[in-house]
Amino acid sequence: MTTIDIPVKAPRRSFNIKREGERFALVAAWLLLIVIFGSLMPDSFLSWRNFSTMFGSQAVLVVLTLAIIIPLTSGDFDLSGASILTMSSMLIAVLNVKQGWPIAPVLLVALVSGALIGAINAFFVLYFRIHSLIVTLGVGTFVNGMILWVSQSQTISGVSMTLVKWVIINRLFGVPLAFYYALILAAVIWYVLEYTIPGRKLLFVGRGREVSRLNGINVDRVRAVSFIISGLIAALAGVFYSGMTGSADPLSGLNLLLPAFAAAFLGATTISPGRFNSFGAVISVYFLVTGITGLTMLGAQAYVQNLFYGGALVIAVSLSQLVRNRQPQDFS
Amino acid sequence: MSDNAVLQMNNIRMRFGSYYALKGVTLSIRRGEVFGLLGQNGSGKSTMIKVLAGFHQPEEGSEIILWGQRMPLPLNQMDIKTRGVAFVHQHLGLVPSLTVVENMRVTALGQKNPWFVSWKNEAERVSRLFAEFDLAIDPMATVAELPPVERAFVAIIRAFEDLRASDAGYGGEGILVLDEPTPFLPAEDVKRLFALIRSIVKTGASVVIVTHDIDEVREITDRVAVLRDGELVDILDTKTSERQTILDTIVGSRIDAFVKSRKAEARPTTVLARGVKAGTGQAFDLDIGEGETLGVTGLIGSGFATLPYILYGAKKGVGRITLGGVTVDLEKISPAKAQMMGIAFLPGDRLGAAGVGSLSVTDNMTLPVLGNHLSPIGLDRDSMAREAARLSEVYDVRPLRPEMMLGSLSGGNQQKVLLAKWLQIKPKLLMLDEPTQGVDFGARQQIFKALDRATAEGTSILCASTDNEQLEQICDRIIVFSKGRPVLELKGDDITRKAITEACFYSETNHAEAAE
Repeated sequence: MTTIDIPVKAPRRSFNIKREGERFALVAAWLLLIVIFGSLMPDSFLSWRNFSTMFGSQAVLVVLTLAIIIPLTSGDFDLSGASILTMSSMLIAVLNVKQGWPIAPVLLVALVSGALIGAINAFFVLYFRIHSLIVTLGVGTFVNGMILWVSQSQTISGVSMTLVKWVIINRLFGVPLAFYYALILAAVIWYVLEYTIPGRKLLFVGRGREVSRLNGINVDRVRAVSFIISGLIAALAGVFYSGMTGSADPLSGLNLLLPAFAAAFLGATTISPGRFNSFGAVISVYFLVTGITGLTMLGAQAYVQNLFYGGALVIAVSLSQLVRNRQPQDFS
Repeated sequence: MSDNAVLQMNNIRMRFGSYYALKGVTLSIRRGEVFGLLGQNGSGKSTMIKVLAGFHQPEEGSEIILWGQRMPLPLNQMDIKTRGVAFVHQHLGLVPSLTVVENMRVTALGQKNPWFVSWKNEAERVSRLFAEFDLAIDPMATVAELPPVERAFVAIIRAFEDLRASDAGYGGEGILVLDEPTPFLPAEDVKRLFALIRSIVKTGASVVIVTHDIDEVREITDRVAVLRDGELVDILDTKTSERQTILDTIVGSRIDAFVKSRKAEARPTTVLARGVKAGTGQAFDLDIGEGETLGVTGLIGSGFATLPYILYGAKKGVGRITLGGVTVDLEKISPAKAQMMGIAFLPGDRLGAAGVGSLSVTDNMTLPVLGNHLSPIGLDRDSMAREAARLSEVYDVRPLRPEMMLGSLSGGNQQKVLLAKWLQIKPKLLMLDEPTQGVDFGARQQIFKALDRATAEGTSILCASTDNEQLEQICDRIIVFSKGRPVLELKGDDITRKAITEACFYSETNHAEAAE
């Protein structure tokens, strides 16, 4: 994403067809997918209704993907993202519907719960020096248990219409507002990662812990903040989730974990290849969703989702390895 | 020439894209000789080895003749190995968390029964093998526990064992290829390594050693081939060639070694370290003058190497440091705090601790000065790129493309980038840990000049190194460490390579006697 503009002597970075091709290959693949499905089902698939539904309903997945790319950039995995999302939506339903709290403090509690779980992840990873993969897997599963407990394994519906209105019912250019929230968040994250000092520190910590430490970066603080922000954004995804359906169920949000990782890694092959980046993540989510929607409309069965997401994750990581010339990956 | 040649490489041409890394190089290795391959970074010496190892496929017309038999191209890696050519690469290829025996068994050929390994027998066999070369390495120790030189021994003995196990019935000896085995070793360990090489040669094997250290070449090799820009410049008889002749052959034109003009007059002291403890040694004091270059050296484990880490807060230490009127307790100092005081530190591990190889030169260079590139709407990426391009030009970083990944530059150029990164903040104290390890002759002189310019502007330098030639070239004063504390000081004209070496060993023995 760096644009290099050097005066006089330094060679100017010229337009490189191969590099630009690599950056926009996924966008092209997405358009190709739309053309294929569009020519097969010109009436149903190509309708604006279909696209506006897709853009709106998948905003939750976009936000969750944005949540996990922050710790991925600083070199940590957060597998508890989907659990935080579900926990936050369940808290909203329980407090708003069962306890009758007004929606504003409920949202605040939901977001704080996400940040808190992120802080717990950070504590175990950084204090005990455990790999983030293990800690977040454990914490995520623990949170799943909590969700079933507080919900008594029930789906709770009837969440405040104000929230539903501001997430899915109110539209701009026919697309639910949730889509624009996700785009704004993507823009904010892109800005922070590319154009601020904290964003640079995050990137350096992810690429070289020892280098960062010796450069005076407080590595532990950066990693802790990235876990907490990741939890906070995942909880925000939960807010959109309950706004989308007006309800919360204890399980279906958990299915978003793998798609989010697939989109994050696929996103790292596009726009700025080799780096986890927010707009790449947005494009990947919609690429994946377009594929699944198209196949489902053609009459494919439900299992196609898993085939598509699982396959996409492995292919995405393989592609990003090709971008990196198949250097071995080191996530620790 | 090729009377008793065991290996001939004829007209080796190797192309990467449109760039020829080797432009038709012809060599032959004689039986039982130590053959050096010498050249600057990027001269093609490593490529030559990789062609022989079968990693790179050379162009049509290249010819490799092993034991008088023409090898079919492309070379098969396994084929080369079973015919008795064994390689030890720079990073040795050992797994640190496994034991010596386990590492020795990984590649060993000729395993009798693949389904059962008797570790006891293996350990005995490995011990016997070590004993043949007068080495006392515990086969059950993990590689991580061994000092660096013994790790190199293990890798070399493992390769030697492969030679024996191979069906080099063609004389029963084989060819051992060592790719830069010495840059991480202190001087006395290099001597031990060379002793091992000599005893391997006595068994009838031939050794090819790739290096860019002229003194090592002069000490160990019989003949040396000098490569420059992918071409063979000359093959010299080491015994009859002068050091300067070899040097001039490598560089092409004559490059004069950097000579520092040491100032005799007293300087105002800017850095005061008090009550410092390095490891288990006694507390000591240390002063550095304004614009002074102080070298610290000693034998490995004598504590000099941790000194910069302690002063920078990168390792736990005891004592106080005063700089620019500020005194800080070393137990509380952190790298961030040290930087605020005006201390910069360039660690020896270039891509592990000093810079990030997978990020661009621009990103790496601008890390400590991001605040200067902040505009009201965030970081100004254009100004970062401009500054990196400017610094790259000042410090002669090649290629002059700051958007390239740091890791794709050669070692010398990486070091120029990392040095530029710290010198741009004009630190009051710059600490260096082995600043020119694995850096070729020309780039070294450039780095030394850059350091000299910095000292002229008032930066004090603390350089921890075991490279005596380097210390002699850049230091105003040298402190030799032993058992965790300074024992000897060399100043002005007393500073010579020989004096430093002697001081290191003298201080060690003297200290031991005094203790008794």
